[in-house]
Amino acid sequence: MSDQQKFKEYDQMVKRMTPNSQYFQGFVRAFWVGGLICVLGQLISMAGEYWLHLDQSGVSMFTSIVLVFLGTTLTGLGIYDRIGCYAGAGSVVPITGFANSVAAPALEFRREGMILGLGAKLFQIAGPVLVYGIGSSVVAGVIYWIIVRWF
Amino acid sequence: MLWTLIKCFVVGGLLCCVGQAILMFTKLTNARILVLFVVSGVALTLLGAYKPLVDFAGAGATVPLTGFGYSLATGAMQAVQEIGLMGAFTGGITNTAAGITAAIVFGFLNAICFKPKTKP
Repeated sequence: MSDQQKFKEYDQMVKRMTPNSQYFQGFVRAFWVGGLICVLGQLISMAGEYWLHLDQSGVSMFTSIVLVFLGTTLTGLGIYDRIGCYAGAGSVVPITGFANSVAAPALEFRREGMILGLGAKLFQIAGPVLVYGIGSSVVAGVIYWIIVRWF
Repeated sequence: MLWTLIKCFVVGGLLCCVGQAILMFTKLTNARILVLFVVSGVALTLLGAYKPLVDFAGAGATVPLTGFGYSLATGAMQAVQEIGLMGAFTGGITNTAAGITAAIVFGFLNAICFKPKTKP
């Protein structure tokens, strides 16, 4: 095998092994931002347990309330959209992303009126999430009931 | 405590990476990803696969939207155990009431207090 051929093969191997930098960057950003939001949630739940002496269900309620509050407020300040541009799914998947999906359309459509603007658009994205989430939880409950009852 | 936070960071980050993969390779919109995550959270909980992850990673598993599905499904299943078939209809929302109500109230107040910003 000549040197030329070897170089060519090596070039091809490098091309094959190098992760596509655009994708790679997307994953890294989603990973650390998403992970950090989860760590924030963990710290909030620890604080609730330690200082407010909440029980287990209280802690999870407290955590989601605080995170949702942070998500909506950052949306209102225009910061969350910037995080979204940087982190992609890292900002969509945590519950703060759900809060953002409630707050952003409400904010945007307020000028169309309090009822059909703000009130209706509040659920533009959250609506489907609740429909399919609650719907599937009912299905899960019924399946669980069948399993408990007959097996 | 540090170990807890590391586990939380890694698992939460990986779940977001799953979302990122869906975002990049399928062109699904954000709303579809949220729906997909909640429904798969419910399904995984029913199959008993999500509880171990929550025990392992804490907020790393409950903060992503799959965790919302997890609390919907656990609520429904617990209520079924306590009050029978009606529990399937009451349990889900009961368990997630805090999060849903917070989203509605804070979303509303937010729209009242702030002016829309131009998107970057």
